[in-house]
Amino acid sequence: MKFVDEFRDSDLIGRARDEIRRLADPARHYRLMEVCGGHTHAIYRFGLKDVLPSNIELIHGPGCPVCVLPMGRIDDGLELARRPDVIFAAFGDMMRVPGAHGSPLEHKARGMDVRIVYSPTDALKLARSNPGRHVMFFAIGFETTAPSTALTLMRAKAEGIENFSVFCNHVTIIPAIRAILDSPDMRLDGFIGPGHVSTVIGCRPYEWIARTEGKPIVVSGFEPLDLLQSIVMLLRQLRARRAGVENQYQRVVPWEGNRAALAAMAEVFELRPYFEWRGLGFISQSALRLREAYARWDAERVFDVAGVRVTDPKAAQCGEVLKGVLKPAQCKLFGKECTPEHPVGALMVSSEGSCAAYYNYEHRKTAGQLRILTPA
Amino acid sequence: MCLAIPGRIVELITDPVPLALVEVTGVRRRVDLGLLQDDMPKVGDWVLIHVGFAMSRISEEQATEQMRMIAMLGEDEAAMEEVRGYGLEGREP
Repeated sequence: MKFVDEFRDSDLIGRARDEIRRLADPARHYRLMEVCGGHTHAIYRFGLKDVLPSNIELIHGPGCPVCVLPMGRIDDGLELARRPDVIFAAFGDMMRVPGAHGSPLEHKARGMDVRIVYSPTDALKLARSNPGRHVMFFAIGFETTAPSTALTLMRAKAEGIENFSVFCNHVTIIPAIRAILDSPDMRLDGFIGPGHVSTVIGCRPYEWIARTEGKPIVVSGFEPLDLLQSIVMLLRQLRARRAGVENQYQRVVPWEGNRAALAAMAEVFELRPYFEWRGLGFISQSALRLREAYARWDAERVFDVAGVRVTDPKAAQCGEVLKGVLKPAQCKLFGKECTPEHPVGALMVSSEGSCAAYYNYEHRKTAGQLRILTPA
Repeated sequence: MCLAIPGRIVELITDPVPLALVEVTGVRRRVDLGLLQDDMPKVGDWVLIHVGFAMSRISEEQATEQMRMIAMLGEDEAAMEEVRGYGLEGREP
């Protein structure tokens, strides 16, 4: 089974691949970063690395919300779950993410009330039907999930539901890109811009990357053809010594984003002065917290939060992998102590984490356990 | 959580917030339309859903492609688990 047969667009895929080979200057090495974890997953799944000439290197970016969350935040959230009145609610993605004293799942096994919800509104529903308990929603995600948390908080406020709060870990993608560009050990030629984050924020917030950093960025869809076309668009810009924001994913991403979603975020959230990211350290104005008007629903103000800082397990090199300085397989624990079944670091937990993606496809392919969907 | 799940709107509901009954490969669940206030979909329209909220309107063709894409990424079971979970007041992990 070759992926060219799997897609309607096999002709177009072949043409995009040829165009990439034509445009790429053989004397040059290209380092392109895909910001979004969904793209990282797709790149491994479809074996795109094998389609690209060897002088085009894809660097995996920080766009996996579970992966960039520092361990101390998980511990802070779980500490509150020890209170007998508290129900800890989070998306399923969080359940196996290790904190210093275990994952949410392990806390559940120790008798704490931990629940999976699939939508923040269901956490609010849980609060409505458990008036004697306090439901704390452990919110994570970039701008794709932050508007839903915001709207849920607006509803909680409108209904006056007081036994509900949000432990807010929402982060924003632009400051993370800025931190990567400011990092001295990182040289990049361009960016494959996130798809679904951009349905919310639109394309304008990326303009500084082109204007002041001189790097092209192309907002991309998730199919192999989308990703290859985005690389073509980046190479065309690089060849013409041009840097602009382009939108390959126009069929879903409006240039101006989603106004209602941005309005909900602006109503509920404000920027934190700084926030810690795993691997990237403290980044100023890179995360959201609840505005004063929503303090009543802010778990960090309702409860005493220790604000613990935990360093990652020493041997694990999650930070270097997150920054794109190391490839997943270059970490000492990769595939040995750290596997998707027994993750040491968060990058091995989420299917969008580059370690899990690399392990599930590249590693198992090399080990002869998997046939990958790549062209001949 | 990061999946964008395509669904077709079967019924519009005001409860008192705008909701829709949406069908995703045979499973019907309520999703929130609060983030599409500026561009309200109609019955029969297709939307991309994130964490129980319709986030953008898409064409039927895009919806089909997105579902195929999710299946090829091996995320179809996770997507359906998410859809089935909408409206549940917290599942035991």
